[in-house]
Amino acid sequence: MATAMELRTRAKRRKLIIQGALIVLSVIVVLGAIQSARVNLAALGITSGFGFLERGTGWDYSFSLIPKSINDPYSKTLFIGFLNMMFVGFISIILSTIFGFLFGTARDASNIALKTAASVYVQIFRNIPLILQLIFLYSVLIHFPGPRQAMSIADAVFLSNRGVMIPGLNVPPSVALGLLIASLLLVAVLILLKTPLMRGLLYWLGGTVFGCIAAALIFAPAGESIFSIPALAGLRFRGGITVPIELAAMIVSIVLYGSAYIAEVVRGGLNQVPRGLTEAGQALGLTPRYIWSRIKLPMALRSIIPPLVNQWIFIMKATTIGVAIGFSDLFMLVSTSITQSGQTLELIAILMLAFLLVNFAIAQFGNWLNARMKLKAH
Amino acid sequence: MTDMITTLTARPSRMQAFVKSMKRNAFGTPLDAAITIIVFSVLAYWAWLLVDWAVLRAVWRAEDVGDCTEEAGACWSVIAGRHRLILFGLYPFEQHWRSTLACLAIILTVIFSCFPQAWSGKRLTLLWGVGFAAYYLLMEGSLLGLQQVTTDQWGGLALTLFLFASVVLLGMPMGLGLALMRRSDMPVVRGFATLIIDFIRSLPLLTTLFTAAVVVPILLPSWLEGDKIWRVIIAFALFFACYQAEVFRGGFQAIPSGQFEAGKALGLSYWSILGRIVLPQVFRHALPSTINMVVVTFKETAIVIIIGFFDILASAKAAFGTGEWAPHYLEVYVFVGAIYWVFIFSLGQYGEYLKGRMSIAAR
Repeated sequence: MATAMELRTRAKRRKLIIQGALIVLSVIVVLGAIQSARVNLAALGITSGFGFLERGTGWDYSFSLIPKSINDPYSKTLFIGFLNMMFVGFISIILSTIFGFLFGTARDASNIALKTAASVYVQIFRNIPLILQLIFLYSVLIHFPGPRQAMSIADAVFLSNRGVMIPGLNVPPSVALGLLIASLLLVAVLILLKTPLMRGLLYWLGGTVFGCIAAALIFAPAGESIFSIPALAGLRFRGGITVPIELAAMIVSIVLYGSAYIAEVVRGGLNQVPRGLTEAGQALGLTPRYIWSRIKLPMALRSIIPPLVNQWIFIMKATTIGVAIGFSDLFMLVSTSITQSGQTLELIAILMLAFLLVNFAIAQFGNWLNARMKLKAH
Repeated sequence: MTDMITTLTARPSRMQAFVKSMKRNAFGTPLDAAITIIVFSVLAYWAWLLVDWAVLRAVWRAEDVGDCTEEAGACWSVIAGRHRLILFGLYPFEQHWRSTLACLAIILTVIFSCFPQAWSGKRLTLLWGVGFAAYYLLMEGSLLGLQQVTTDQWGGLALTLFLFASVVLLGMPMGLGLALMRRSDMPVVRGFATLIIDFIRSLPLLTTLFTAAVVVPILLPSWLEGDKIWRVIIAFALFFACYQAEVFRGGFQAIPSGQFEAGKALGLSYWSILGRIVLPQVFRHALPSTINMVVVTFKETAIVIIIGFFDILASAKAAFGTGEWAPHYLEVYVFVGAIYWVFIFSLGQYGEYLKGRMSIAAR
């Protein structure tokens, strides 16, 4: 009969053996992978390393925020992909959050019509795969009439199979980019100054509008209006901002899908606020608006933020489906680069690293937001 | 007097209760009334447009495709003519009865797993094992003495269901394994599981599948490579497992540690404590989230079109790809969307119902 002491030593030894075996196994797998990678790459005649990043690509793709050419090196092309992904991701995150809060609140409203409408919306868009919605929307958009028969809304916004034309500020692109950065900086400053949410939103909106008008007054070409409105000139549109249909389809479908999910998160959070709290508000004679903004929302935000941050990360990851309709996000440019250059391992590593970094940053932001929202008295 | 008592004690009839709640929630204030009327009329108008397009003005039979003009509504002729391609892809035409039966096997497996009678580890394993085996034997055919059909000819809804079933079947035990490893008291094992789970979870599914399809062949010696479809299924299952491990972890956290200790005090081994005391409770706690994961997985299978599989989305594209049907892409996508929607919505509603029932039971 073994003593307790012996049993314990035996258990300890067994655990050491298991862990040792796991380490040895992992090392063997990694070394084996490196070895066969060497053999396989040598057979394909590919030199590994990141030297290819300086080579020109020689192929074109659909969308870029900054000027591009087919002679760009791989490094610049990949950077453009990263920018595109961040661009679509951020716009979609912001819009989905706004619409998600609207629909989520509507699902929690007492009015039965609002509730029904929001439920129908959520149940339709949440239960169909995002990629199907994207391909569907894209096929609808490419079947739109051409620029000459474009559908117009108040002669300022035009829909055609070349894209969505919207009025813009009459400023050079570099100024527009500067405005965008300034607007984001303003958000950062307002958050650092701990401005209350509603007032912060007001300041941000006011500051951005003021900045746009000021920039347009200074930089617009002399004698032209500060707005640039799209107008048909020959076979195509002049002026305004043209949103390519790939980009429009991406943003619209991701926002429809993402906001349906965020609406559920918001509804769940609002549901968790104890009824007694709202009733106490009613007993004090607060108006419904006050009860919502001072009692329900702040209480609900605490349980909303963690799942909301998960949704943000999900939206960031969802941008990869752009490849299905030829939108040049990071994933599409990486996979094209792989077929063109053969540098599979390096390119996949870059892709993974980019996603790890971005998602880590969003998660960190979420943690910080969560810590700020916590009840301080406890 | 008695009259008054009856009026005081009588419960309002359903109709009265409904009228009362409508008065309060739909027409409480003039603003409410205005919102109700406007929103409902818009919804009704849209619903009418949809019914008008999809039913009243629709063309139904494949032979009547000539009637599909601008004025006509939905042209379901394309579905009537091409549904076999959408559902079964390039599977040999005269063997389609096998695909039909195989799809039914998977659908029945899912439906049967929804009944509480099936909820034990053994029964679920048996059910899914049998369902999957039935699917594979019917589709592949050589073992049943039928004409052999290799996986590269599988397609459409049949392929989507195959991916879904094999991912869930492989991913579930992998997820349980990862969850157990993550709870282990051995630091190396725990660290290994945490690393894998966090790594896979921060990457998009598409990246993981793409890696399995394109990168893994480089990292493996050629004799280990295997079929592309199996590499992708294993990667998908790993993705499922990493999320499912977190679901199980939530279930484990709901079990008080005293139960483990009580089991130890009785002299039970680790595996009997786990199998007989802890896991049955973990499964129950994790059930609603697990159903949610299964639903999400079914929805995410649609992404395999990007890495070149002929799933239901790809076959839908092929269905209107030929000149004759090209104008009717809308109907095909609506059809496929409706298939997905019915599956996902009903499973999701079932999950919600279960969650509600369990939260009542917990009270």
